[in-house]
Amino acid sequence: MQVQQPGGGIILLSFIVAFLLTIIPLPLWVDRFRPDWLGLVLIYWCMAVPQRVGIGTGWLMGLFLDAAQGTLLGQHALALAVVAFLTLKTYRRIRVLPLWQQSFSVLVFLGLNQLLVFWINGVIGYPPRDFWYLGPALGGMLFWPWVFVILRDLRRRFHIA
Amino acid sequence: MAGKPTANTRLSRLNENNTGKHLLSANRAVDIRIIVCVLLSVLAMVVDHRYHHLETVRNVLSTSVYPLQSLIQLPLETGHWFGKRFASHETLVRENEQLRQKLMFTNAQLQKLTTLEAENRRLRMLLESSVNLAVRAGERVLVAELLTIDLDPYRHQILLNKGTHHGVKVGQPLLDERGIVGQIIHASLLSATAILITDPNHALPIQNNRNGLRALAGGSGNFKELEILYVRNNEDVQIGDLFITSGLGGRFPQGYPVARVTRVEFDPARPFARITAQPTAQLDRSREVLLIIDEPQTGNTPNADERLADGQP
Repeated sequence: MQVQQPGGGIILLSFIVAFLLTIIPLPLWVDRFRPDWLGLVLIYWCMAVPQRVGIGTGWLMGLFLDAAQGTLLGQHALALAVVAFLTLKTYRRIRVLPLWQQSFSVLVFLGLNQLLVFWINGVIGYPPRDFWYLGPALGGMLFWPWVFVILRDLRRRFHIA
Repeated sequence: MAGKPTANTRLSRLNENNTGKHLLSANRAVDIRIIVCVLLSVLAMVVDHRYHHLETVRNVLSTSVYPLQSLIQLPLETGHWFGKRFASHETLVRENEQLRQKLMFTNAQLQKLTTLEAENRRLRMLLESSVNLAVRAGERVLVAELLTIDLDPYRHQILLNKGTHHGVKVGQPLLDERGIVGQIIHASLLSATAILITDPNHALPIQNNRNGLRALAGGSGNFKELEILYVRNNEDVQIGDLFITSGLGGRFPQGYPVARVTRVEFDPARPFARITAQPTAQLDRSREVLLIIDEPQTGNTPNADERLADGQP
């Protein structure tokens, strides 16, 4: 990230808010569908300003999440880096779609994110017992339009490009 | 957003050699970056899982996210604070009274316990038993509070508000007032992560309080259940038996309650019995836990020895 460009603070702030939303305690039935906030924010910024936010940012955020959640160091980092990679590869096509169609791509990206995290969990001896682990991807898909609109307004207001 | 004209201009720009090259090289940079990141992650995971060499990195990272974690704690804490501030005088007096009574009761029990412990020690010495009994009365404890932070919901881990700064170390056992809760697995400067005894990857050595039968208590992934492993079919285990820590692993002090047997199944087709037990500690409910600080035993033993010497004829 270049420091001299405006809006770095806003991008950082959006990641911090996403981080807080990820670790805030919720009752179990909501928790299962808690959207993958970090993933959503990462996908948005990768689409909007691909030259500034990318794989490295995703990887770093994942590393912080790993430390905060007690997972293996590198587990979420790997998954979020892959999400950033896929977004960077496809953003030219996805950016022109209407919001509801975009959210399906988001579902696929976030679902892959969850699969990677739980594949690693399975390898080290915590196999998932049911299919609830795809809940965050589903929640993320439903929240994508709102996240998109909010972050887009923020971006326009602060002239981040 | 991107209408036809822009697409066209982009295409025509692509034809210009310079920009096209630029785009391609940007694409290549993305490829290289993802490969590096994936390799780094895999390396980090393997090192973290197999060799535990990344504790310093984890400490730095968790210390830097601790402000965020305590920020989430803030509204709850304020609620508690207001609750305490505006509790009525009457309630406080009543609570004080109750606590005083309880303290007296506990102190009386403790006196009995100290005598019993001294006696136990003397008897063991007489028997020249090799069992290394932890100095119960001399153990220092630290009260730690759980932070209400959601960790990975598929692992049984909790976050505590005490870290290496307060004397927490990896491997320290955790108790609540009813029994063993778990042990510390990561300790950073201001916080620590503990694994609960019900985590599927946790096991601790235990002993039947009734007849001394030794076994292992493995986690089941369910807060209300432990699996008692490696008990042969012909052993004597009954529903309601209390299992206590045996102290054999060297991690947990001996003699603390762990779980009470809820189900026993002897299946002749299997080499071992299937026994499940319910943890005595309230794993999903307690808000405060006790950490046993491993005081070097030399500091306390003279005291105990003196007591012993006094007790001996």
